[in-house]
Amino acid sequence: MGDLERSLTASFMMAWADTFIFVSQVLMRQRFRTVVLWVAIAIGVIAVNLLTALGEGAKSYVLSEFNVLGRHTLITLPGKKETRGGMPPITGESPRALTLKDAQAVSRLSGVKTVAPLVLGNIEVSYAGKIRESLVMGSSRSFFALRHLVLARGQLLPERGRFKGEAVAVIGSRLRDELFAGKPALGEWLRLGDSRFRVIGVLKTSGTRFGFDMDEVVIIPVVSAQSLFNVDGLFRLFAEVRHFSQLDTVKQQMVELLKQRHEGEEDVTVISQDAMLSSLQKILDTLTYAVSGIAAVSMLVAGILIMNMMIITVSQRRKEIGLLKALGASSALVRRLFLAEAGLIAALAALSGWMLSHLVLLLANNYFSDIQFHSPWWAQAASIALALGLSLLFAWLPAQRASSLAPVQALQGKTAQAQR
Amino acid sequence: MIELRGLQKGFQVGEQVVQALDEVSLTISAGEYLAIMGPSGSGKSTLMNILGLLDQASAGEYLLDGVNVNQLNEAKRSQLRSEKIGFVFQSYHLVPRLTARENIELPMVLAGVPPRLRQQKLDELLEKLNLSERAQHRPSQLSGGQRQRVAIGRAIVMRPRMLLADEPTGNLDSTSGAAVTDLLESLNADGITLVLVTHDQALGARARRQINMFDGRLRAEPNG
Ligand SMILES: Nc1ncnc2c1ncn2[C@@H]1O[C@H](COP(=O)(O)OP(=O)(O)OP(=O)(O)O)[C@@H](O)[C@H]1O
Ligand SMILES: [Mg+2]
Repeated sequence: MGDLERSLTASFMMAWADTFIFVSQVLMRQRFRTVVLWVAIAIGVIAVNLLTALGEGAKSYVLSEFNVLGRHTLITLPGKKETRGGMPPITGESPRALTLKDAQAVSRLSGVKTVAPLVLGNIEVSYAGKIRESLVMGSSRSFFALRHLVLARGQLLPERGRFKGEAVAVIGSRLRDELFAGKPALGEWLRLGDSRFRVIGVLKTSGTRFGFDMDEVVIIPVVSAQSLFNVDGLFRLFAEVRHFSQLDTVKQQMVELLKQRHEGEEDVTVISQDAMLSSLQKILDTLTYAVSGIAAVSMLVAGILIMNMMIITVSQRRKEIGLLKALGASSALVRRLFLAEAGLIAALAALSGWMLSHLVLLLANNYFSDIQFHSPWWAQAASIALALGLSLLFAWLPAQRASSLAPVQALQGKTAQAQR
Repeated sequence: MIELRGLQKGFQVGEQVVQALDEVSLTISAGEYLAIMGPSGSGKSTLMNILGLLDQASAGEYLLDGVNVNQLNEAKRSQLRSEKIGFVFQSYHLVPRLTARENIELPMVLAGVPPRLRQQKLDELLEKLNLSERAQHRPSQLSGGQRQRVAIGRAIVMRPRMLLADEPTGNLDSTSGAAVTDLLESLNADGITLVLVTHDQALGARARRQINMFDGRLRAEPNG
């Protein structure tokens, strides 16, 4: 009678719902063990996400520093670049000057929207007895848009004085704070070397851009700068093209035009931002490798942590494995129970670790405005896959080993070597 | 229902092989009440483990209901354990995190018995074991006698036809030991085959058949 009843009721395959209940009971009633595993797995995921976000943040910070000019901009610098692929000369006198007349000629090219010349120099800036050594940029109104410089108050350099000298200046925010100490700066007269300039605008704080601390500069009309520093040539000439598709054509035209104007000698270098970036490629590649390396190392560490925790917690339950088998569970069922358990905790822990790392990054990004931290998607995916994969693997291995023993041996906590 | 022929079991201990079972041949019929006795180390537990499919013999044949279990694969042996054999251990081996009721339920859960049927059987069984009050208690909250009754409940919940008990009263005082013995004997009276290992001469004497073991061998059965 017993046999008949059984054959009608027992399927000899544990139901999935019961598997889930069994596994949740293990996780909920052995809390300490669950918490330890949870923390180990979550730390693994968090470590990978935060460390790669740090590396990636550094990388995109460097990129954004060089990205500031925009893809529409061509940069002309005096002197011929000799070697291919290397960085163009950034400083240094060139044989023939690039002049304001050249800039005017370039601005008349049909493909060119605006130009902005640049003259650079350092000079003593003083106001009411306070003296500072400061970077002076001589340029035009269009320079502000090109470099994404925004005013906090006042006005830009005058349009009419595009190539004309006027004694007006726009100053950086920190310079304003240091010289004027809270008093209004607009309309005040600054002394630059021996000349006097009236402050007409103050820049918004923007930090270091393209290697220059824009919070400490003084920007004056280019002609004024030329007479201040007693130079003819320009340090740079920026030109913005109307359409990105014309970039190469306009670049050719500019080279031709300047060659003509310089008695047939090609003595300037015109580069696009893409070219600049490609010359930076080596650095960027190095940074990419560094991020990947950080990811790999943090994954290795996280992996070892997860592996150890799983092996320990499953091995501790050897006896239970023996008991389950003694009660009629097959090895396959035992493995299923342990895999389900590892899978459940790994999924929950990885998910919470992932969310926590996003929270930390969100806070960090709010706190630091200059540099943004984002963990690359592949690192996020890899960290979760790693947590799940390792948890399952290192739950499976000891469970497999214990369940392949005779039940009595697992029950007595014997090791495989003691067999037969 | 059980037939053992020339069963051997050796354990490798270092260089040596300890012969725990040596040419054991034995027949057990359905409904029997059999006590296995003998000095410590004589191989009683080893024999029980093999009978309960918890271990495999090194040589010889074990026929369970005519089936040679040595030729079955692991999954089939698991199913036989689930279906035909109940095992009671000296040290209970309950799952500490599960309540008394859940411990008894476990073999049914593993065997895929639907929940509704399980609850019905559990209610009946807890009543019969006199454990209804203790159903929600964890093993750590139970006395030794109660634990062993839970273990017996777990062993019989799948209605096996054979109940193997290796020194079931070994860890109990005489009162709770007697209660456990009474329970086992009443199950045998209901038709289950009962095989019992004991050191206790008085307990062994209550069995309808006794077997003595010495050094891995069976000895004559004095009062058969
Ligand atoms: N896993 C094992 N590894 C090595 N030797 C073992 C193992 N299990 C049992 N033995 C040996 O086999 C012999 C029989 O052991 P067994 O446990 O069957 O004896 P027993 O009759 O149950 O003794 P007791 O009355 O003390 O429980 C003993 O010599 C024991 O040391
Ligand atoms: Mg024993």
